[in-house]
Amino acid sequence: MAGNFDLNQPLMGAGLESPADEEGVHVSFSQLIAEQIGESPDGFELQQLQRALNDEDRDYVGELGSAFEYPGRGLNDMEGEDDDGGETDPQDGLPWSSATLKILSSMPSRTIGRSRGAILSQYYNKTLQLRRRGQSRSSLRDFSRSSRPTIRGYGMEVDTTDGPESEMKKKKERLVNNLQNLSVGERLKMLRGMPVSVAEKKELRRLTLQKDKPPPSSSKIPCCSQLKFYIIIAARHSWYSWLSFLHSLQPWQFLFKRIGGRFGTGVLSYFQFLKTLLLFNVFLFLVTFAFLVLPQAMHPTELPVGVRTFSGLELISGAGLFTDTVMYYGYYSNSTLQKSCAREHNASASTDHDCVSERLSYNMPLAYFFTIGMSFFITCIILVYSMSKSFGRSFRIDKSYSILAMKVFSSWDFRVIKKSSVELMSQNNCTQLREILAEVVQKKEKNGGCQALWRLMVHGLAWAICIGGTAGCVISVYFFSEYMHQDLQRTSRQTNTHPLLKEASLLALPALVSLLNLLLPSLFSLAAWMEEYHSPSVRTYVALGRNLMLKVSVLAVLCYHWLGRVAANPSDINLMCWETFVGQELYRFLIMDFIFTLLNTLFGELLWRLFSRNVLRRSRNPAFDIARNVLDLIYAQTLAWIGVLFSPLLPAVQILKLLLLFYVKVTSVMMNCQVPRRPYRVSQMTTIFITLLCFPSFLGASVCVTYTMWSIKPSSSCGPFRGLRTMFQAGKRWVQELEKNNPDLSVLARVHAYLVENPFFLFVGAGIFLIVIYFYSQVVDGQRKVIELLQEHIEEEGAHKKYLISKLQNMHESKKRIPRRLRSQDSGC
Amino acid sequence: MGSKQSIFTAQQLDAYQVGGTPPEDFLVLFYRYRDLAPQLVPLDYTKEPDVKLPYELIGSMPELKDNPFRQRIAEVFSEDGEGNMSLDDFLDMFSVLSEMAPRDLKAYYAFKIYDFNNDDFLCKSDLEKTLTKLTRGELGEDEVKMVCEKVMDEADLDNDGRLSLEDFQHMIVRAPDFLSTFHIRI
Repeated sequence: MAGNFDLNQPLMGAGLESPADEEGVHVSFSQLIAEQIGESPDGFELQQLQRALNDEDRDYVGELGSAFEYPGRGLNDMEGEDDDGGETDPQDGLPWSSATLKILSSMPSRTIGRSRGAILSQYYNKTLQLRRRGQSRSSLRDFSRSSRPTIRGYGMEVDTTDGPESEMKKKKERLVNNLQNLSVGERLKMLRGMPVSVAEKKELRRLTLQKDKPPPSSSKIPCCSQLKFYIIIAARHSWYSWLSFLHSLQPWQFLFKRIGGRFGTGVLSYFQFLKTLLLFNVFLFLVTFAFLVLPQAMHPTELPVGVRTFSGLELISGAGLFTDTVMYYGYYSNSTLQKSCAREHNASASTDHDCVSERLSYNMPLAYFFTIGMSFFITCIILVYSMSKSFGRSFRIDKSYSILAMKVFSSWDFRVIKKSSVELMSQNNCTQLREILAEVVQKKEKNGGCQALWRLMVHGLAWAICIGGTAGCVISVYFFSEYMHQDLQRTSRQTNTHPLLKEASLLALPALVSLLNLLLPSLFSLAAWMEEYHSPSVRTYVALGRNLMLKVSVLAVLCYHWLGRVAANPSDINLMCWETFVGQELYRFLIMDFIFTLLNTLFGELLWRLFSRNVLRRSRNPAFDIARNVLDLIYAQTLAWIGVLFSPLLPAVQILKLLLLFYVKVTSVMMNCQVPRRPYRVSQMTTIFITLLCFPSFLGASVCVTYTMWSIKPSSSCGPFRGLRTMFQAGKRWVQELEKNNPDLSVLARVHAYLVENPFFLFVGAGIFLIVIYFYSQVVDGQRKVIELLQEHIEEEGAHKKYLISKLQNMHESKKRIPRRLRSQDSGC
Repeated sequence: MGSKQSIFTAQQLDAYQVGGTPPEDFLVLFYRYRDLAPQLVPLDYTKEPDVKLPYELIGSMPELKDNPFRQRIAEVFSEDGEGNMSLDDFLDMFSVLSEMAPRDLKAYYAFKIYDFNNDDFLCKSDLEKTLTKLTRGELGEDEVKMVCEKVMDEADLDNDGRLSLEDFQHMIVRAPDFLSTFHIRI
């Protein structure tokens, strides 16, 4: 808040500037200051300063800017306790020389921002002075002797016996005059921003207004303004209650606080990530439900085959009764949906034609294509946006951004009133402070040469185990999927297999993949157990990397299996509708993954806790493995994204899954896991999770979907794209139809063909994007360097000033001492 | 409920505008003040009575009851430094702690609140006391010492071993949630 008037006329002329060649003087400072300590007086008495200043005729407010906190660390010790009001006179009781004062008051550090800082900093002088004089806060005699800043601090003496009354009045008048020069609004703003008591502000205002001509007619409050005030109060209260209602609507706030307080930010970030995924799925579900499921459900297509009965296996396998429902791609019609109105009118041919053209028609293939495309596009935008936001939050330019100090002073939320919330908040603060402390205080490790080599070997071994495990996993999935494919081919040629058995055999591949997903991360954590890391966060990141490698390779093999084998030759396994089959496969994978996770959480962690407690006799519970759980979530979400094209209701399944998983995980964490031994702050964890979600996961899913839409031939007997060469044709056909109907839009069609189908444009766009990103990152780097240099500069300046001021004072005293000595010599003889 | 005009004169209401309290909150705050001690606070403020409520009453307000810094808040905003507040002080306190107070003003008063020994500097002992109140004594002694050291290292720009108002303001201005946490809702 910069005041826009100057209360001072600084003596800029006498201002010193820092010496040109700082390099030369900088090194010898500490030596010089040490010399000065021996010679200079003991501490700097402000009281003397004040009196000396008052002798000069100057606008008071423009005097000493900030408090004279000059004594550096060394001098501080010499100075003694100035906190408890003891007198610290200089050795020979001399005040500052006027030369020193002139120079001090015109220093740039005291004149910059003077109009803002001056008022604030006057109170420093005032209260410091009061302390020096030994005033205790309990004396009520004199109003002005308080810890509250008062207007009388504006250059006025506390003891009227000290200085003349007229001077006090003069200075107050000057301030009032300055205030009058402002407009009413600015004056009000200035007064409001002053750290003075309300009584003093009112006094100032009264004085200011006295000089103004009397205000027109604001003495009477009109009657209706009272009503207005009540309305405003009521509105404000209802706004607050709406805000708190919204706040309480945010699910799981209290749970998050508890988890964060007890287990730290790492575990909390996992649960927050889960909530983010839930929101993505809700969005996806709403879009597909509104644009695909609902219209199709209102126009049910005829079922081709006979009635299927419900057997419990559907819930897991997704086949059977669910096959020809709105759940899968195959159910959607490829024509324009129209409401049939034959029932409403009496059957007559003439009215038929009319009612068709009147009703709304819904182009299903186009809607399918655009819905999927648009939802992916919007998800991409949301992901990139949240990624950049959390990136900006965690990686700041200014390295020295004083996180601990900010945490200490701004973490107490004064709005919290409930006792239980207050306790929770203090526990949270405690945990977070510990985490930041652990991050900020870095332990230096001594690396002997032999030790480092041994550690490197252990790391290499662990990585070899992990990569070997992953490769084995991938190969086994590949061969098993091939085996299952051939098995399906065989059984599809036979006609006497039991359909339920056939369905159950389809569960084999998902079960294997889920099992591998369960066992291999345990192998990874076993391998990591023998390794040593510098900090727990590095350990988490390495675990993340390994798990990511596993999941990406498994997903790649599976995608190849579906798109490369099943979709390429669907007739091999006698499939009418391969998209429905792939949709069912994805559903099976999701459900099996969920079942295995549940079993692992409920039984595995419980058993492991009992085992480690009773058999291994460890006193602590196992820690929550963040990396593995997060990657499980990302894996499931990738499957869901791939599957939206083939099964529009898959997001709903995912939502239910995530909700259940949340509560199960929370319960398990509270019961089975331990508070981390070395709390570590993972400020960048959320960023990393979102980045992982965006890059391997979403990118992979969208590549899969794009490839499917672009190159694979949709099945000819089911789904909204039957008969087309690729799914993409639906969009193209629509554009061609538009062009046919309105020849003016041919430009649009040509632009569309050029932009979307020409890869050159995409390359150029991506190249420009990358160049811009590189440019910005270089700018950020440069700014960081500049900030570092400036901070060094500030410290140097402080040292300069100390040296120069003490030197000045010494010179002055040595000058004064000489005549005194002469005088005393005179008196002696 | 009396109307504003019967409790305060129009000039008084006008004058209170400088306080920073928005006019719609003014009556609300006056009645909250009065509710603390109805027998002490008269309903007629036109003669500007000199009424101060003792700290115990102020500290028993629901908004301040569980706040570990309530004593410091009352001391900083009271005229006598003991926590006994007049209506002016009360209004001042809530206006600084409201949403609309300017950031510099809040930073100034936050500095004063955390300055336990009132020497206009945040020295190590002030920091230690702040930390103890913040965590309700859950942090160990050596942890508290380490935190204080680190805070000094981070925030003390001119290297004098204690934080002045400028150091504090420089640091707190960049804290993203300072404005929203240093806020009491009335």
